[in-house]
Amino acid sequence: MGERHLSIKSLVMYYRTLRGEVKAVDDVSFSLPKGETIAVIGESGCGKSSLAKSIIRLLPRNVSVYKGTILFNGLNLMDLDEETFTKEIRWTKITYVPQAALNSLNPIIKIGDQMIEPLLLHQKMSKSEALERAAKTLKAVGVNEAFLHHYPFELSGGMKQRVIIAMSLLTNPELMILDEPTSSLDVLTQANIMNLLKSIKKEMKISMVFITHDVSLSSELADKVAVMYAGQIIEFSDAEAFYNNPKHPYSQKLMESVPTLRTDKKLGFIPGSPPSLLDPPRGCRFADRCPFAFEKCVKDPPIMHLNEGFYAKCWLYEKESP
Amino acid sequence: MSSPLLYVENLKEYFEIRRGPFGKRSYVKAVDGVSLTLAGREAISIVGESGCGKTTLGKTILRLYEPTDGKIIFRGRDVTHLGWRELKWYRRETGLVQQDPFGALPPFMTVKRILEEPLAIHGIKDRKEREKRVYKALERVKLTPIEDFINKYPHMLSGGQQQRLVIARSIILEPKMIVADEPVSMLDASVRIEILKLLQDLQRRYDLSVIYITHDLSTTRYFSERIYIMYAAHIVESAETKEMLVNPLHPYTRALLNVIPDPDPSNRFMIKEVPIGEPPNLINPPAGCRFNPRCPNFMKGICDTKEPSLIEVGKGHYVKCWLYD
Repeated sequence: MGERHLSIKSLVMYYRTLRGEVKAVDDVSFSLPKGETIAVIGESGCGKSSLAKSIIRLLPRNVSVYKGTILFNGLNLMDLDEETFTKEIRWTKITYVPQAALNSLNPIIKIGDQMIEPLLLHQKMSKSEALERAAKTLKAVGVNEAFLHHYPFELSGGMKQRVIIAMSLLTNPELMILDEPTSSLDVLTQANIMNLLKSIKKEMKISMVFITHDVSLSSELADKVAVMYAGQIIEFSDAEAFYNNPKHPYSQKLMESVPTLRTDKKLGFIPGSPPSLLDPPRGCRFADRCPFAFEKCVKDPPIMHLNEGFYAKCWLYEKESP
Repeated sequence: MSSPLLYVENLKEYFEIRRGPFGKRSYVKAVDGVSLTLAGREAISIVGESGCGKTTLGKTILRLYEPTDGKIIFRGRDVTHLGWRELKWYRRETGLVQQDPFGALPPFMTVKRILEEPLAIHGIKDRKEREKRVYKALERVKLTPIEDFINKYPHMLSGGQQQRLVIARSIILEPKMIVADEPVSMLDASVRIEILKLLQDLQRRYDLSVIYITHDLSTTRYFSERIYIMYAAHIVESAETKEMLVNPLHPYTRALLNVIPDPDPSNRFMIKEVPIGEPPNLINPPAGCRFNPRCPNFMKGICDTKEPSLIEVGKGHYVKCWLYD
């Protein structure tokens, strides 16, 4: 593997609610070489959005624990104070496309004016210079620059999504975090956006963290795959290995539940539901739904290294671990 | 196939809109001349993107809307313009499974009351009898052990359990047909198949026909026998499921099938061909074939002037496209 561009070790983020502490991100580690994309796959409530927000430090107000290391180009982001982080990292080197991005445009500000805000704020550009950059970026994502002077309601869903992606490209970021970027779009529009992201990845060499619940869709971008379950990454793998031969029983079951269009297969599902993040089980968190569970699973499985830095968090792979 | 359970002919549903009190009247033509048939114990799917009119079609078939034009024949009876008294019979014979289970369930009623309500409305006065039917419905959707669920409120159930409850409510009067409108699009991947299998199981075991409305072609392969593709208020192609997936004819169907990914690591190296533009609005759809402004096989002077008709090109395979006429 090439140079490690982003390397996350033992990241933890808990937040406090009336009912107790929610362990949304609980000891998560992975690394990503420059220019590659990691897909974080998981079902709702598994902590994948929390993971995204933890990387770019957009924490909930009631956060109670936030620790671990996030090495970005060799720099530990956790060491930076809030001011430096805002100035140098967030919205400049690392950008974020939020979930339900379609609603994240301000309805009463013209597209152009809201696009250039980070440039004026973080890079102290002049307004005309910033607008020129915005026009160029819009063109790059396939939106006519005339839309700079329009309001969001004049755009279709797919166009809005392109504008948001353009916004996140404006500052020439090195890493984009995409949280379900197409979840409210139609099939054809979704394919369009995926084409756009693929060409951004190829031509601009931007690394991406792609958060999604859709296993099929994840394969459109992923070079690496992380599967999240109950606040933890239970499998971290290379795309080729993962889509052909997932290792963790949860990944296998999840793959079985994906309907395919081109091949016949027997569909399966996972009975039961994931544990609450308020009080996750002590042992393996998937144990009570796992068809392969055995005595050992009452203890929390450590990360079992498979090869080349990939792993599964499952007792079944104990022997293979070096 | 003897006489079908449901027969829909040239169904139209227009909604009037007016800008201002003296504004010009115009119509949103949400369903514009749709025909289909559904046999007993058959499952069909209606596939289309948002705004194509598929939900309106489902609701019009259930007579939740008054059709603008066309015919709906159910079990040999014309239900197109039934009055409210006879409509009650039609309500008993049909059911609806909504997309968002939590939104479809009253938050202040227990599972038992939710399921008893349709029974009470349809005149089952005996409490014992009602209870028996509630238990039977819960058993059929596998919300068991029943005692664990019967006194709960919807918010105490998981998403999958809520959807089971919605299904239980739709079948409690033992209907002959249900319309399931995106029944799993709000649910997690691992639960989706569970719910779809349940619907399939009910369909096969209890003499039920299902109209499955969805935007997701990949599930139709497993859960329906026939697919209708809807685009801009028209059915543009229909065929048996296998035939449709192996031999799609309409350029729109082909585009859809082409872009839907299977989990495959080689996807990330491919840029897929996608038709340009967006679906038209249904107030002023384009002349001729409604897909013509986006179609890769566009023929000038033909596709943009006359509307193609739905013709049979193979056994049971219909397509609405000039390429095949």
